[in-house]
Amino acid sequence: MTDVASPGPDARSAIYVRGTFVPPSPPPGSTVGPFGWAHKNLFSSPFNIAATILTALFLAWVVPPLLDWLIFDAVWTGENREACLPVDGREVGACWAWVQAKFGQILYGRYPLDQRWRVDLTALLFVAGLVPLAIPKVPYKRENTILMLTAFPVAAFILLYGGFGLPVVETALWGGLLVTLVVAVTGIVASLPLGILLALGRRSKLPIVKTVSVIFIEFWRGVPLITVLFMASVMLPLFLPSGVNFDKLLRALIGVALFSAAYMAETVRGGLQAIPKGQYEAAAAMGLGYWQSMRLVILPQALKIVIPGIVNSFISLFKDTSLVLIIGLFDVLGIIQLNFSDANWSAPTVPATGFVFAAIVFWIFCFGMSRYSQYMERRLETGHRR
Amino acid sequence: MVYRKWKTAALGAAMILGTAAASSAATLDEVKAKGFVQCGVNAAGLQGFAAPNDKGEWSGFDIDICRAVAAAVFGDATKVKFTPLTAKERFTALQSGEIDVLSRNSTWTMSRDTQLGIVFTGVNYYDGQGFMAKKSLGVSSAKDLNGASICVQSGTTTELNLADWFRANNLQFNPVVFEKQEEADAAYDSGRCDAYTTDASGLYSIRLKLANPDEHVVLPEIISKEPLGPSVRQGDDQWALIVKWALFAMVNAEELGVTQANVEEQKTGSANPEVKRLLGTDGDFGKSLGLTPDWAVNVIKAVGNYGESFERNVGQGSPLKIARGLNELWSKGGIQYAPPVR
Amino acid sequence: MTLRDAAPSTPLSGQRGSGSSWLYDPTIRGIVFQVLLVVGLALFGWWVVHNTIVNLRAANIASGFDFLSTRAGYDIAQKPIDYTIDDTHGRAFLVGLLNTLVVAAIGVVLATVLGFLVGIARLSPNWLLAKVASVYVETFRNIPLLLQLLFWYKAVLSVLPGPRQGLALPMGSNLSNRGLIIPRPVIGEGFELVVGAVAVALAAAFGLSRWARARQMATGQSFPSGLAGLALVVLLPTFAYVLAGMPITLEYPELKGFNFAGGLVLKPEFMALLLGLTIYTASFIAEVVRAGVLAVSHGQTEAAYALGLRPSRTLRLVIVPQAMRVIIPPLTSQYLNLTKNSSLAVAVGYPDLVAVFAGSTLNITGRAVEVIFITMSVYLVISLLTAAFMNWFNARVALIER
Repeated sequence: MTDVASPGPDARSAIYVRGTFVPPSPPPGSTVGPFGWAHKNLFSSPFNIAATILTALFLAWVVPPLLDWLIFDAVWTGENREACLPVDGREVGACWAWVQAKFGQILYGRYPLDQRWRVDLTALLFVAGLVPLAIPKVPYKRENTILMLTAFPVAAFILLYGGFGLPVVETALWGGLLVTLVVAVTGIVASLPLGILLALGRRSKLPIVKTVSVIFIEFWRGVPLITVLFMASVMLPLFLPSGVNFDKLLRALIGVALFSAAYMAETVRGGLQAIPKGQYEAAAAMGLGYWQSMRLVILPQALKIVIPGIVNSFISLFKDTSLVLIIGLFDVLGIIQLNFSDANWSAPTVPATGFVFAAIVFWIFCFGMSRYSQYMERRLETGHRR
Repeated sequence: MVYRKWKTAALGAAMILGTAAASSAATLDEVKAKGFVQCGVNAAGLQGFAAPNDKGEWSGFDIDICRAVAAAVFGDATKVKFTPLTAKERFTALQSGEIDVLSRNSTWTMSRDTQLGIVFTGVNYYDGQGFMAKKSLGVSSAKDLNGASICVQSGTTTELNLADWFRANNLQFNPVVFEKQEEADAAYDSGRCDAYTTDASGLYSIRLKLANPDEHVVLPEIISKEPLGPSVRQGDDQWALIVKWALFAMVNAEELGVTQANVEEQKTGSANPEVKRLLGTDGDFGKSLGLTPDWAVNVIKAVGNYGESFERNVGQGSPLKIARGLNELWSKGGIQYAPPVR
Repeated sequence: MTLRDAAPSTPLSGQRGSGSSWLYDPTIRGIVFQVLLVVGLALFGWWVVHNTIVNLRAANIASGFDFLSTRAGYDIAQKPIDYTIDDTHGRAFLVGLLNTLVVAAIGVVLATVLGFLVGIARLSPNWLLAKVASVYVETFRNIPLLLQLLFWYKAVLSVLPGPRQGLALPMGSNLSNRGLIIPRPVIGEGFELVVGAVAVALAAAFGLSRWARARQMATGQSFPSGLAGLALVVLLPTFAYVLAGMPITLEYPELKGFNFAGGLVLKPEFMALLLGLTIYTASFIAEVVRAGVLAVSHGQTEAAYALGLRPSRTLRLVIVPQAMRVIIPPLTSQYLNLTKNSSLAVAVGYPDLVAVFAGSTLNITGRAVEVIFITMSVYLVISLLTAAFMNWFNARVALIER
């Protein structure tokens, strides 16, 4: 046969058939590149165009003043209120100089200056313990967890409060991020075991155990945290025999722990329910008793599933710690508010600056944790997809 | 559910420990055993009366009462710890034994004395409720405040007096009520309210914290009696007497001319029998309180006499510059009067 | 748990009687354990009550609920019902409770609207809109509500100018640091007619939709009952309103002395609380909505199209009903959260239940235990009622599902 591609007079050769592939022509200009992307995502329909324009207008209305306030008109350095006063019609944005001046207090509260290394050391220990736990690949999870739940709290208590040669620092002096983290971390650590027991109780076959758990969980979930904190700060002293007194911070911690235990219980219950019935039956078939099957079979699986849920609980708890300011403890928000009344720094934009800074602090923590929770969720999902 | 058993057991243990520790032991013995006086103070911080500095060291007129009690008991005014309390917490903290003495600009009223299980031991500051307003409003009397928005702290005697006074004067007002004093301060400062009301002493103190203190004026009306003083739990007369007489010692010292500077000299050199009884060189009044004979010397050495403490914290020696007024000694036209040491 | 229930779960019951085997009988162990639990709890409860009574008695603190009928003596800034300083603490409680319910109810409506809008925007094919919605959700969800409330109150509303320099808005409205003042509708004579017309229109629209559904079931013919109903509900009252001689007049605010007189005042405290609750809760509702819509599998849409349903009907008849089933339970819990979170009113000076009753009344009477007990009970009752509604709803949805 003749080469189809070769031109020739042969009538039978299919001269209309090309011997080479036509190189693919580029897609229409309207579907590729930034233009195409914009067409597809921003201007695909009249409605879409309208939405884009409205949104863009909204952004144009909001973003420039916000940037001006946050960055371009902001005061970055200064010694006192003079720096942040709007004299001679000067536009003054955020007074970051104030944040700089109060930064120590925002981190540590009134913790004595020469003792602040203790807080730093505690934070360092905490991070050193937590990071290997959070990264799935790092081994020795079990040992690490045990250390974090036993040795670390003791060390942290001694470091922060005092004893063993360290001078005692009254909790009344604690404040700022220190209090926020202490309340949140203690709350979550204390609520985890309690929450697990309550979740098991709620799923128990024993009617009284179940009823008691349900009542406990629904009670704490039904009332606002602020009333719990009022109860802890005002009523708890009356519940105890006279002479037994808890520190104010400790009372708040008890309230927070009980409150978050109820939420934790519901999170864990979700995990328990997700374990297929076969697992329970298999454990029973192996001759394991209730506590053995829970400890060896069910809980390890259930807790793994609920890690994202626990992180989410922690985020809520972390945000809720700001409520302790209502009972007169000074967390990040509390200490920032307290410093508004400093006459040396009294300027119109100071409150807004303080709140925005507090918001940034909380946001970084919460957003970071929620991203971590989503990451874990994706990781765990693959393991459980059938 | 095992944890419940543990919990019960732990609480039971706490109960045993607790009852062992408490069991109606006299407050004085408890205080001596723990080595310090626990004193409840204003968490909001009221400059001149009770305010912490950046290091958390408290000072002020109410704080001096705490220090005076510590000095009387231990001979050492630093043996005191402060519990900052909100208005809501203050009485429960005292009732439950969390604090030994409450010195938190609290008004002595009959219902507080009779229904709350506490007892006021004296009046360290005779006060009355007043109003503060912006100068620019052009208000010269509280009676001009018809229809005004007024910032006030909730649950205080102030809130009740405010409603009564406006009612009695046939005036209208819009209450803007805050749980905490610092919130009310901030709201007034931001212009949310036309006027602010609290005890007159508080007005002077709060005015200092405002962005522009000179733009605000304290109105002349005083609409209530607000005797402010320390209080203790009911049922422990000895402890109540100590707190009561720590204050009386300060007042008597002023009357007798005993000052922080000359107290040692007066102790050894004074021939005045009243001074000798006060300072413990004649008679054994300290012992009958359960204290050392030189208890009053310690008090005066620590905080000075009443007048010195007043001037240093809230009077001419302070930014507040409050005049003595009612709080002048009875012999000088005021009503501060202490029973004699005899 | 009864013995009968447990019987099948005791495989070794044949060995019963052989010495100590009852120790290993789960039934008996269960009973013993529960008895211990009950005893332990009872002891603990008794211990707490005993301590409280001993403490109260030892300290000579008055107790009991009689304070509810004594004179309150303080004024409240926002009074949905008549209240003067001579009324009782009981009535002050009621005022506080109503204020809580008012802010919660309005907050629920606004948060739902905003939340649905944002949630749908986040699913929009429009990249810009979706991104803005995401930023909104991620920002406000991760900042504590208390902080947001304080921000709105102290950094936004408080720095507004005073009432004399306030921002003049249309219709005599004014925005200042005394709040938003708008004309107040004053209801005149003949308004009953309008109310009656609304009731009649609603009943008629309901009847119409039932008839339309019955007819569609029987004959397959559809009737635009929604449109017709809407027309009824709008037109009939409008007609009645005109007929009655337009009985609603507007009372415009006037600046008198320190403040505006007349008009309806939305105080900064109220606005800050409402704004904070709405914006915060809407960010959660948006996520709920998004999850609900995503939960309806794409196959459902395709199947509906295959059946020849138009996109609008697909949305209305196929996607929304299924999405709502996923959305409503978490939505209800968001409503409940909003109601509980309204207790943060205390931080911005809005006179809600916690601020009025657990604030002023508690401090004035000193009855901490009683007051906190009542306050907690109120929230608990609200929660339980919501939970009961949820159970009823879930049961209903489950029935519809065939």
